[in-house]
Amino acid sequence: MGKRWSNRIALGVLWACGLITVAALGAVIVYVFVRGIGQITPEFIFTKPHGVNAEGGIGPTIWATLYVTGLSMVIVTPIAVLAAVYLAEYAVQGRLVNAIRFAADTLASVPSIVMGLFGFAFFVEAMGFKFSVLSGALALSFLMLPIVMRATEEAIRAVPKYIRWGSYGLGASKWQTVSRIVLPAALPRILTGIILAMGRAVGETAVVIFTMGQAIYLPLSPLDPGRSMTVHLYTLAMEGINMDAAYGTALLLMVMVLFFNLSARWLAARNRRLR
Amino acid sequence: MTSVPAVATAHEALTGNPRFSVRGLEFYYGDFHALTGITIDVRENSVTAFIGPSGCGKSTFLRCLNRMNDLIPGTRVEGKITLDGADIYGPGVDPVDLRRRVGMIFQQPNPFPMSIYDNVAFGPRLHGVSKKSELDEIVENALVRANLWKEVKDIMGRGGLTLSGGQQQRLCIARVLAVQPDVLLMDEPCSAIDPTSVQKVEDLMAELKSSVTIIIVTHNMQQAARVSDETAFFLQERQGEAAELIEFGRTAEIFTSPRDRRTEDYITGRFG
Repeated sequence: MGKRWSNRIALGVLWACGLITVAALGAVIVYVFVRGIGQITPEFIFTKPHGVNAEGGIGPTIWATLYVTGLSMVIVTPIAVLAAVYLAEYAVQGRLVNAIRFAADTLASVPSIVMGLFGFAFFVEAMGFKFSVLSGALALSFLMLPIVMRATEEAIRAVPKYIRWGSYGLGASKWQTVSRIVLPAALPRILTGIILAMGRAVGETAVVIFTMGQAIYLPLSPLDPGRSMTVHLYTLAMEGINMDAAYGTALLLMVMVLFFNLSARWLAARNRRLR
Repeated sequence: MTSVPAVATAHEALTGNPRFSVRGLEFYYGDFHALTGITIDVRENSVTAFIGPSGCGKSTFLRCLNRMNDLIPGTRVEGKITLDGADIYGPGVDPVDLRRRVGMIFQQPNPFPMSIYDNVAFGPRLHGVSKKSELDEIVENALVRANLWKEVKDIMGRGGLTLSGGQQQRLCIARVLAVQPDVLLMDEPCSAIDPTSVQKVEDLMAELKSSVTIIIVTHNMQQAARVSDETAFFLQERQGEAAELIEFGRTAEIFTSPRDRRTEDYITGRFG
């Protein structure tokens, strides 16, 4: 077999593998889109499910999803950002910092069902928050914390040294330099991390089923229970009561996650252009 | 004979008060002894150039003067540096206050990622100026002194990073001038900008020295000869040894009749 042929075959295999990757994504999107698009009406988005087969809309589940995601973001962001500032700017680099970083990475890889179980034991029962948006948000924040923290740390480290020197050279203290120069310069990348983490939280099922419950309810207070879109989808599909609504929910869920991911990409790209 | 009075006047100007007095300075990066036995007086309202081959410790020494080296873990200073008679490494001296008085310009122009106005207003805001009219005046003054006002007065809201390299360097100079420093440390300020801008920055130094004491580190001997009143030659004789101040004196003398053989070798391009 000549060089030319082996070259062609290698190219063909590479091309096929690439195609499979795209096709896998395409298949999921197309399938869910075809099965779900018929469901998407204003009524589906804004009204409550009713009847034994959960006809009608999924409004409360969309709200519960956004609520719990938003609340966990509010909880996570200050902690994650300040922890990252400490790690990147203040901590003496060494064993302890590496241990914190390792802990964060491990936290990120804990199976979400385990995190759900922990959330149930700790927030729902021990802390007495019951099945609630608050319990859900706290458990989700365990999941988001490492993502936002590591993204922020990378963002802070990416701010050039000589920009900090400029600030110190003007008689700025360390905190003034961090808060007025470093964090604003790192902001786009921090936001990218937060948005990616929110996308992850929106799609999370195991954690919220254990902590926010399954009751279809329009939660207003953080102590109200609720059913997220993912849990709604799971229930509908597992009990086979309303597959159409399940696919409609799946489609909306994908649109939301896609929206978060595209926003993150757009922010990252815009940031690159500005530099 | 006609040149005698001129020399005498120049000499008188150079015997003005020392701004910085350095006595027996030793500097260490961890275990590495980087500078040894540095003793020098930097006079007010003059331009002093630090020259020498790369790695000779001239930038390290410059950063001792505003305690920027404090930011590098494991560095240590021995000996004494006084600014207007006060020990800058003495107890109770806050390096943050020191750096307001001793401004610094870096090799790489480093505007903050914010507007031209905010860049210049950064220092004054840091030190408590918040009134708009007051800030406006400080910003304009600083930009005028840095010879940048005409070029940017209509685009103050534009990002500092959109300016050309040479303009960015003058913006950084304006930013430092806005906090009214007594001394301006310039660490190879012209090595990353184009020749026209170099000319502007050099002109600027000549204008500024009546109000600010300037110390410039440069690897460009012609530049040192053009801009400075006094020149200090640093040299690390052998790899791994501490660098020393070899010779210090009036620039004209250093460049025409150096007393030390090593200075002469460097000036005439025999090494470095």
